[in-house]
This record gives sequence, structure tokens and C-alpha cells, in this order.
Amino acid sequence: MVRDAWKDALTHIALSLAVLLVAFPLLFAAIKATQDSSQVISSHMNFGTSLLQNIKTAWETARLGQYMMNSFVVTVAVTVGKTLLSLLAALAFVYFRFPLKNAVFALVLFTLMLPTELLIVSLFNLITDLRWTNTHAAIIVPFLASATGVFLFRQHFMNIPASLAEAARLDGCGPLRFLWHILIPMSWNTIGALAVIQFVYVWDQYLWPLVVMQSEDRQVVQVGLKKLIDVGGATDWGAVMAGAMISILPPLLIFTLLQEQFSRGFALGQEK
Amino acid sequence: MTPTTTEHPPRPKKKNKADTPEQGIFKSRLLPWLFLLPSLLILAVFLYYPAIETLRLSLYQSSVFLGTERFVGLENFVELLSSPVYHQSILQTLVFMVITVTLGIALAFVLALLANRPIRGAKVYRLLLIYPYALSPAIAGTLWLFLFNPEIGLVNALLDSWFHIKPRWLDTPFLAFALVCGAAIWKSLGYNVVFYLAALQNIPGDILEAAQIDGAGSWQRIRYILLPMLSPMTFFLVFTNIVQALFDSFGLVDILTRGGPVYGQTGITSFLIYQLYLDGFSNAKTGFAAAQAVLMLILVGAITVLQFRTGGKQVHHGA
Repeated sequence: MVRDAWKDALTHIALSLAVLLVAFPLLFAAIKATQDSSQVISSHMNFGTSLLQNIKTAWETARLGQYMMNSFVVTVAVTVGKTLLSLLAALAFVYFRFPLKNAVFALVLFTLMLPTELLIVSLFNLITDLRWTNTHAAIIVPFLASATGVFLFRQHFMNIPASLAEAARLDGCGPLRFLWHILIPMSWNTIGALAVIQFVYVWDQYLWPLVVMQSEDRQVVQVGLKKLIDVGGATDWGAVMAGAMISILPPLLIFTLLQEQFSRGFALGQEK
Repeated sequence: MTPTTTEHPPRPKKKNKADTPEQGIFKSRLLPWLFLLPSLLILAVFLYYPAIETLRLSLYQSSVFLGTERFVGLENFVELLSSPVYHQSILQTLVFMVITVTLGIALAFVLALLANRPIRGAKVYRLLLIYPYALSPAIAGTLWLFLFNPEIGLVNALLDSWFHIKPRWLDTPFLAFALVCGAAIWKSLGYNVVFYLAALQNIPGDILEAAQIDGAGSWQRIRYILLPMLSPMTFFLVFTNIVQALFDSFGLVDILTRGGPVYGQTGITSFLIYQLYLDGFSNAKTGFAAAQAVLMLILVGAITVLQFRTGGKQVHHGA
């Protein structure tokens, strides 16, 4: 196949422009995060020397460290919990026969139609009744079940040859051991893909923590950063930009680490 | 509980019945329920129960301060549907949704096609395009707030030195609206490109090669092969992007414009979810907010049904 050189050149130009535009707000934030208080409010776009100072301000005065820790605990708890519960549920749906199976599966899938954001009013009342306000449980437990996870694992398990489960059973291997020793090792791509989606989703949550967390000690970083902007009078933009850059590192890291699994886990035509 | 945006998966292909494991390999009456129990319990308590509560609350007028509830029937709905503020909020939410979903997906489609071409450095381009996936709406709002700050923001500094203008981005209704649209499109671009690239990489190259040998030009290959083959992904992305526009816009709006500036009856960026939050938590009108939630639920339901009706026909399950 001969490719047109000018087409490649155009592609390069278009992509470079796009990449630049897409990356620009991030580059801007990265540069501003290094500048001192006088440079940061000017149009200077050179790296400054105040990065550490800005990080220190954000970390200590603005409690960024505390917020990051909270976000981290919540996100890891939800990601791990969701994965485990989804694996168990998918195991039940694929390898067992039980009454009302289809109805129960429909009930799980239907939850995709009920965004949490719509339920905040009554969910808030429920959490208050449980006396969970201002606890991490309030932003972890309601998110532990995942229709997405159940659906993807079920789909993945159904592609695994039945003979494998049959053989495991004949060898006297119970369903949990089958899950642990055979299914999970065969599901790393799906697990990785789900982990990325769930990590990013939970880390980026904003509305629910804003509503349910009044205590600053427990607040997550997405809402915490807002407090940095809201200080009356002059916002310390250097610290805000440093905080913003730090707060995107964990999801970025997870994404980078699990990139392969992520694309393979969603390989739509993998059985071909 | 799952249901926003970033969490929906693309729908994997259906397999033939014969390929799937014979259901019911392990025999037990109790075990499957035991495995399902944690998930079902959480869905019941934190999703189904609040959903039913929301329905109930929508029929009450409540006073958080007095801790009282009074049954008012459909009064909340009547009030909402006759409220000019709410009409405007619906309208601007729909406009925002259409703009961000169409432009966002079209742009991502083009970029994914380009980044999927076998050119040098394609891998680097791909990485740089999908990284913003990890960005949150709140962070997007924060960065844009600073960039477009009328006094000290970089955009106005440049506009001032080149054209001697300093637009009041956040106080001018149409500029603020455009700004929120731009930020939303920018934020979702990484997400959309990720999924399009994943789908593109699963299209067997021989199909395209065969088409090329048969004399199909680039445009024809896109129009008659790629577009139909990517349609399940487009279908998935339209749905998730609509949900994102409806709900994820909250963080962006809350930080960037706080629903403002005022235009007509209310703030021009006060979208439905923002209005719901204001009424539920700032104005403490629980029942009124619950009624809004019910209306939005109907909207989401209607969009889903419409989606599956129209989308179902176009979905092409590949070779």
C-alpha cells in the first residue's frame, strides 16, 4: 500500500494542533504552579521557582494532604469493593441456575437508569438517619455495587469455555476456588479495565461529597480544592494550580499503569 | 450503585448461545443467593429505597427547618411545570446537551481516526489525546476559571495585547454559556477518544485493505465501513455523553460560573442538576427538589428509550 506523503503531513499538523489545544490548559496549570505570587497573575509563561512553596501552601494551609488522603482511601475502597462484589455476582449469574435469575439480573441492570445524582435528596436523608453524615462510609458504601461490573464480568465469563468449569467441578473444586484460581487469573484485562473506569469515576466525584461531607477533615480533594479558590479576596492561584496538578496524578497514574488492560478489556471483537 | 457517565461500559458483542458455558454448572440453591446478597443489599438500600423515597417526597412539601412534611399531591409538579425559571433551565440544559454531545463526539471521532493512521509517532499522539480522560469536571472548572479570569487570566492578557479587548467571560451570559460548553467538550474529549481508539483498534485491517484494493477512497472507507462498524461505540458514547451533560456538568458549573450569570429568569448556566441542588440544599425545599429529580428521571428514561429505538437499528455488529 502506498500512502500519500501529503496526507501524512496533514495528519501530523492536525494532530499536533489538537494535542496542543487539548494539553494547553494542563501545560498552563503546570507552569503557573511553579510561579510566585507576582508572576502567577501576569501573562508570564516561563517556569518559576516557587513550585515547592506552592505545593507546601496547598498541602499544609489548604489541607491538600488531608483531602488527597481522604480521596485515596475512598477511591481504593470503592474500586476494590466493587470489583469483588461484581465478581461474586457474575459468578452466581453465569455458573448457577436459580429461580428468578433473569428477573434479578434485570433488576441489577435497571440501576444503570438511576443516576445517584438524582437521588441525592433522599439519599442524604437516609445517610442522616443512619448517622453516617461526615463519615467515609457515606461516600463508600452506597457505591459498592456496580451494574457495570456485574455486566462486564458476566459477559467475560460467558466467553470462557464451559468445559473449564465442568472440569473444575469434577475435580472437586468449589465455586469460590474456581473463581479465585481460574476465573480471576483469566480476567485480568476486564478487572484492569473496570478498575480504571471506577477509580477515575470515584476520584472525580464532586456533587455527593459536596452535599454529604460538611466536615473538612473528611472532605475529598475535588471539593477541597474549591475551598482554595473561595478564600475571600485574593486567590493564591499558584497554590490552586499546584493543588490541581497534584490532584490529577493518582487517576493519571492508574490510567498509565493499566492502559494495556484498559484497551484490551474493552476489546469488542476479542473473540474473533 | 453505579450510574454516572464514566462508568458505563460499551456493550460487548452478543455471543451465540452455543458458545456460552452451560448455565448451572455448580449445583446449589443457597450459594448463588449468597454471592448476590452483598450487591443486592446495597442496591436495595442505597438505590431502590432512595428512588422510591424520592417519588414519595415529590408529593410532599417539606420544611427542613421545622422538620415537617405536608402532603400536597402533584402541587410540586404543577408549580415546576408552570415556572418560567424551570422552563428556561430545561431549555438551556437541552441546548447545552446537544452542543456538547454533538461537537464532543464528532471531534473525538475525527481525532481518533487521525491518531489511528499508521504515521510516525502515532502512539505519542494517542497518549497525549487520551490523557485528559483522568481529568475531573471540577478540575476542568478550576483551570478554565483561572484561564478566563477577566483581570489576571492568560486569555484576556493575550486578547488585550493583541486586540485591546478584555471580555468579561463569566459575567456576559452568552460568553459564559459558550465557556461552559467549551470546557465540557474539552473535558470529555479524552474519554471519547479513548473509546473510539479502542474500537478502531479492534476493526480488522483486512476489511479496510480489501476496500482499498476495490478502489474505495478514504471518504468512502470512512462512510461505508468505519462509520457503520463504529456505530455501536457511537451509540454507547452518545448515551454516556448525554448522562455526562446532564449530571457531570455540575462540578464544572459550580466552580466556573455558579450557575450564573443571570439571563432572563435565572442564571444561564443553571442547568437542571444545578437547579435541583440549589432547591434541595441551598433553599431546603426537599419536596420541590425531589419533584425535579422525578422529572429528570423521566427525561433520562425517555432519552434511553429513544436511544435504544433509533440506535438499535443502526448498530452493526461487525464482520
